[in-house]
Amino acid sequence: MLRFRILLSLSFFTSAVFLAAQQPSLPSDLERQQSGVDLIIGDRIGAQPRIAVPNCLALSPEPEVASAATTIAEVLWDDLDFEREFRMVARDTYDSIPAARSLIDLPLDDWRELGADGVVSCSVESLSADRIRVTARLFNVRSLTSSFGVEYSGVASNIRTYAHQLSDEIHRHQRGLRGVARSKIAYISDRDSESVLGLVEDRSTKEVYFADYDGANVRRVTISRTLNNNPAWSPDGRSIAYTAWRPFMDILVSHIYQGRLESPVEGNADTQNWLPAWAPDGSQLAFTSNRDGQPELYIANADGSGLRRLTNHPGIDTSPTWSPQGHLLAFVSDRTGSPQVYVIGADGTGLRRITFESHCDRPTWSPAPYNEIAYSSQTGAGHDIKVVDLATNEVRQLTYGLGTNESPSYSPNGRHVAFSSTRGVGNKQIWVIGRDGRGLRRITGVGNNEMPSWSP
Amino acid sequence: MDRSEVKRWVKIEVVCIASMFAMACAGNPAPVEPEPPQPPPAESQTSSAPPPAAPPRPSAPPPSPPIIEEEGEIATRSLEELNRESPLQPVFFDYDSSELTSRGQTILQANAELLSEYSTWAITIEGHCDQRGSPEYNLGLGERRALVAEEYLISLGIDSARVNTVSYGKEFPFDPDDTDEAHARNRRAHFVITGR
Repeated sequence: MLRFRILLSLSFFTSAVFLAAQQPSLPSDLERQQSGVDLIIGDRIGAQPRIAVPNCLALSPEPEVASAATTIAEVLWDDLDFEREFRMVARDTYDSIPAARSLIDLPLDDWRELGADGVVSCSVESLSADRIRVTARLFNVRSLTSSFGVEYSGVASNIRTYAHQLSDEIHRHQRGLRGVARSKIAYISDRDSESVLGLVEDRSTKEVYFADYDGANVRRVTISRTLNNNPAWSPDGRSIAYTAWRPFMDILVSHIYQGRLESPVEGNADTQNWLPAWAPDGSQLAFTSNRDGQPELYIANADGSGLRRLTNHPGIDTSPTWSPQGHLLAFVSDRTGSPQVYVIGADGTGLRRITFESHCDRPTWSPAPYNEIAYSSQTGAGHDIKVVDLATNEVRQLTYGLGTNESPSYSPNGRHVAFSSTRGVGNKQIWVIGRDGRGLRRITGVGNNEMPSWSP
Repeated sequence: MDRSEVKRWVKIEVVCIASMFAMACAGNPAPVEPEPPQPPPAESQTSSAPPPAAPPRPSAPPPSPPIIEEEGEIATRSLEELNRESPLQPVFFDYDSSELTSRGQTILQANAELLSEYSTWAITIEGHCDQRGSPEYNLGLGERRALVAEEYLISLGIDSARVNTVSYGKEFPFDPDDTDEAHARNRRAHFVITGR
């Protein structure tokens, strides 16, 4: 079965500030002041510190260790670059710098001359046939001190995970930021080129997959040989709900680390359910169902009990998404003639129209502290991703007319949006963009990939 | 020449003579030189067959039998073949609409007649959308189209137990092109025979 989980045993030998910082929070000046000037790299307020990540030292002779020493540095560089909290010193400029002699013996003056404010020093060694130890320190090239150090040991099968964990901890320690390098993105794909069973027409299946946030390490979730759609991570990151054609539409929940599948709201040919959305605490699912004759929104407990109807209108009501506190939902309705985004209380009261455009769909409520909703809006032949700020009702556009851009999903820290786009080659791929519209990058490339869901 | 071969020779001779006798009796009095025996062909008996009969004299052709309609023809095909021929016609919709057009009603009436004739057929109505609009909303729109077609069939007397619906949104376009004609072909309720 699926054995994804890498158990990392961690031992920190660094400041109490780091150890105390267990709860995710956002950068605050207070926190930075309390943590002390020397601990934080950067010489001017507001300037992005410049960080270099040379290859780790390989402390064992095996070629796998040498390869891991390079991979960890490359992946860490990309992870640190992703949040744009640091200005990363390009790796192809490191040739002139002598290699470190040990984890703590490296030419900091040379790194300063190259323009770095900080350098990540790391080492990899083999502990046994399939276990490694990764040790890392972040040095301040001006104070010539290291305020951050960490040691991991674990299995050697997924080296990238060590870099992701290191990146998240550096972001936490240096910027008070909850990084997303260990998060996953689920999506549907036709990459395995299978056809739906038992049909006359040749129809390609779409199965649920997930990958690391950067697109690496793809794993397949469903093997149903049919159409599947709209994956949605549970808030604990251990289950994925999705719409499956059995052949009627129904919501299935795959407990991916247990290999267990559930049908919590028990659809059948007459009672179909689709587009599941988890409440922020994971206790409830909102979804669309035709059980009262046409598409309306319903909420049920995660085990399927306590079903209640949320909307009641002859138009189509669909695509629910929960507010971070769980007392409001946004959804799509065509009750005024075209699909638009609305907000309603979880108790069914307080309906409010949010968008006033030609065609809007797939709203996704941002995580706190942002209070905004991303959605796809028809802007011509295709759609673009837009964001409406719920406090000001201001709308900003993240994509501009290249192909069609659909199905936005926020990163758990709210700073990025994954979406599907036909830009470029024409087939659908998953792209990630900053909530400020910068930092676009593509994370899939095989087959068609769409409907991303970013894990917690 | 061994003994059994000799026996066969004799047998063939006898058969030949007998058949010549028969022909002579049938009204051909001219004496006929007996043909020399032919070497036995590989298929021994064929050479002993009588020559083909004379062609029949021309006469008035017999009256053609009435053509009987093959009632069972459709029913003997597999579901797969049946669906490939699409005896139930698809119903098309306007953009972003799940309202039946008058043409759509006419097609559904024809489909209802066929379903009454083949009263054991069970069907699934698939709701499909064109490639415009987002995949999520189109699931709802496709569902509406399938349900509207189902309701109309039921209003025409088709048992609701024989009809299922499913929406595929914009997932399975009939024509993947990005033209108005392709869009129009894709906005459809498609009928699949699932049992008979």
